[in-house]
Amino acid sequence: MLRSFPILILFTFIPLLMQAQSTVSGKVTNAKKKPLPGVNIAIAGTYDGATTAADGSFSFTTSAKGERVVTASLAGYAPLEIKTDLAAAQGLNLVLKETVNELKMVTISAGSFEASDEKKNTVLKPLDIVTTAGANADIVSALKTLPGAQQVGEKEGLFVRGGTGYETQTFIDGMLVRNPFSSGMPDYAARGRFSPFLFKGTTFSSGGYSAQYGQGLSSALVLESTDLPDRSSYSLGLGTVGPSVGVDMLSKNKKQAYGFEVDYFNLAPYFALVKQKQKPTIAPQGANASANYRLKTSRNGMLKIFVNSSWSKFGFRGESLEYPGFNEEFELENKYLYTNISYKESLGKGWKLNLGTSFSTNQDRIYMDTVGKSPSPSRVNARQDLTQFRVMVTRMLGRFSMLRLGTEYQYADERNKFNSFRGSYVDSYSGSFAEADIYFTPRFVGRLGTRYEYTSLLKAANIAPRASLAYKLDDKSQVAFAYGEFYQKPEQQYLRMSHNLGFMRATHYIASYQRLSEFYTLRGEVFYKKYHDLVKTVPHLNNNGTGYAKGAELFWRDRKSIKNVDYWLSYSFLDTKRDYLNYPYEVQPDFAAQHTATLVYKHYIPSIQLNVGATYSFATGRPYYNPNRPESEFMKDRTRNLNTLSLNVNYLTSIGKAFTVFVFTMSNVLGNDQEYGFRYSSDKLRRNMVGPMAPRFFFVGMFMSFGIDRRQEVIDRQ
Amino acid sequence: MKRMLLSLLLAGAAITANAQSEQYESAMKQQIGLLDSSSTYSEAGMQQLANTFERIAEAEKTQWLPYYYAAYCRVNEAYMAKHKDKVDGVADKALLSIEKAQALKGKDSEISCILSMIATSRISVDPMTRGMKYGPESGAHLEEAKKLNPENPRVYMLEGQSLLYTPEAFGGSKTKAKETFEVALKKFAAFKPESPIAPSWGEHYTKMLIAGIK
Repeated sequence: MLRSFPILILFTFIPLLMQAQSTVSGKVTNAKKKPLPGVNIAIAGTYDGATTAADGSFSFTTSAKGERVVTASLAGYAPLEIKTDLAAAQGLNLVLKETVNELKMVTISAGSFEASDEKKNTVLKPLDIVTTAGANADIVSALKTLPGAQQVGEKEGLFVRGGTGYETQTFIDGMLVRNPFSSGMPDYAARGRFSPFLFKGTTFSSGGYSAQYGQGLSSALVLESTDLPDRSSYSLGLGTVGPSVGVDMLSKNKKQAYGFEVDYFNLAPYFALVKQKQKPTIAPQGANASANYRLKTSRNGMLKIFVNSSWSKFGFRGESLEYPGFNEEFELENKYLYTNISYKESLGKGWKLNLGTSFSTNQDRIYMDTVGKSPSPSRVNARQDLTQFRVMVTRMLGRFSMLRLGTEYQYADERNKFNSFRGSYVDSYSGSFAEADIYFTPRFVGRLGTRYEYTSLLKAANIAPRASLAYKLDDKSQVAFAYGEFYQKPEQQYLRMSHNLGFMRATHYIASYQRLSEFYTLRGEVFYKKYHDLVKTVPHLNNNGTGYAKGAELFWRDRKSIKNVDYWLSYSFLDTKRDYLNYPYEVQPDFAAQHTATLVYKHYIPSIQLNVGATYSFATGRPYYNPNRPESEFMKDRTRNLNTLSLNVNYLTSIGKAFTVFVFTMSNVLGNDQEYGFRYSSDKLRRNMVGPMAPRFFFVGMFMSFGIDRRQEVIDRQ
Repeated sequence: MKRMLLSLLLAGAAITANAQSEQYESAMKQQIGLLDSSSTYSEAGMQQLANTFERIAEAEKTQWLPYYYAAYCRVNEAYMAKHKDKVDGVADKALLSIEKAQALKGKDSEISCILSMIATSRISVDPMTRGMKYGPESGAHLEEAKKLNPENPRVYMLEGQSLLYTPEAFGGSKTKAKETFEVALKKFAAFKPESPIAPSWGEHYTKMLIAGIK
């Protein structure tokens, strides 16, 4: 009793004793002994504390007494708590550890360029694809400004690191897209079918990509469709090629959305104005319609349905190379339908499910004739159908590591008719993969995966192992390595002729260095790729082709040094040779240039709301085959170097309540000759240059969007 | 004896509690007084104030206002950040505080104003790509703030500010900004804060902005 009495008295009079003060002081650093300013130092349960100065030091007085908990906290660091006797709390040395977040973690980067809204650390944003001069809002054209891609203008597709366009596959939400490009004329590249606005993320992988994807020897273009829009909107476009309308509706509860887009194009007026190399008999015309529906099924669940259909038609007449004085006619009509349904849901306990199915059909009717010359015209009727299913489950392992398991099935039906000759086949393809991203530490990640594939047509199976490693050197820079085996079926035109072919194979090795900050990106990459079992057409169809590609690439993007200017510079050096098709020996193929460089420049003038952009591309001459030379000089001739400058100007304004953009773009402004190669007549006496239809292409358009912007309504009512 | 001791103890506790609440009121008043001081109107100054409010908040835990002011100072720190790569981290911290304030207070016009400011602060990191996402989000929070209390002058002040700094091509307008600021000033004149430490900032700043419009 007597003992407890003084304690009670002490308790009662604590408020009065608070006058006595003690000093708490010290210094806060990070693990590397760098002083940390702005740290909030507090004595738990009191208001007392301080903020550290520029040198990391702090000092304050407190009336608290005895052993107390002192806390230190700063954004980006794990909060620290220490127990200390305040009477002796001077010269405290506190060390804060950085917390691990997405920005500080190493990412798998070798061989891939990502354009994404979701991740803050990306090299390209989706908007960059639309605003790059010369790209005309075509995804593949925009990606040609990145290192690794060739400036090939006579065939569609991405020609990556010594690979052909066929060696790049396009995937939407994990599923293969057959015929991702419009059907065009031979020797003229066609546009991609899908608008960049449909996708929230784009990954352009120039090698060493994930085991999730197969059947691309060189590269994978991975597109991720958008989720629910932020609000409803309507859009209207009018340009020199035709009009377009679009609707994107978000439901009131923000759980579902639907939208559609329709456009019609007809180049008759444009061709009346700008003369083309060949005379149009049917000016290119057509219509695209796409519709989508998205439903948020739960917090993490989402169902997406996407349908795209198009129809197009054109015809040209030009001088015959084979029969001088005669004309060649070429007409094509294309019908296309693509549907994709995907569903994702979280299954609990860290498991996630991804389901997908798609169907596409493509039909080309071609009419070819040397007018007035026998034999009679040729007619081609080609149809490709693809049906597929895909299941993937993922599971988080610990905080960051992840396991992916999946399987897919594709049923391809090819029906082709050339006059009376038929070349049809059916292929059942199945693939399965297992892959894990393992974070050994937040700075060191490894991706290990393997893929198994089987095709019924070739009666062949393969196992493709893949591995990537990345290590973060400091906050901004990292090194990465990738290795992988990649298999692909031979192109359709060879499968039609022979089913005794096997998979083609490529082995990739990649090493990369990357330095990334909010405003600058520097990337350097070296690679070596070995080709095995390429298709050869002589002496008969076989898989005896070989080849290699090696090179170095550099990418620099700077969004800060010049005010209101964003520019990037890509350079690729490529050394590649292959022996395939009818090649007599290993030689640099006709689609590969040794040096390729691109400069993209974007300038924003805020005072007049003007965006001005320019893209300059350069490539050294490509080999072409001159049949007048002996076999020892096969592919020894070179085309002229490629130089093109494209411009675009966007003027932003508003007309009434519509946000309006006026667009002007022009490709090859300087009108430089673009030589892609040469075609020879069979008597070797005459040749035609392969090049664009016209030296320049220009587009003038206006786009209006009507967003339901309630703020504006509210303000207007006052 | 036991009873006497108990009453003594209770008396002591009462004194402590009373002192605590007086200490809270006076500490808050002192810090709120610093909000309009030119010496704290800097990135470091705002960080320091936000830290102080956070300490008070963590010591009190049942009061929403310290969390509210911590978020307010934090978002101002984000606005003033010289290095744009810091903005997201600071805005995340502001969001954490305002969410705690909302958990204690419930839906509130003043809290919605801060949420709107946080969304706006993120635009500056990359206006071209982020404007489309965070602009409407910021607007939606302001709309909510107005619905919760149409008499809150800060709603109109922020609305005017957004009109002022949004390019005309995207719906901004200097004349509309001025009109909205004038509405804000009328509301400021009529506004009576619930307590001496309840939010009442912004009148001086609105006058400054209005004077800046030519």
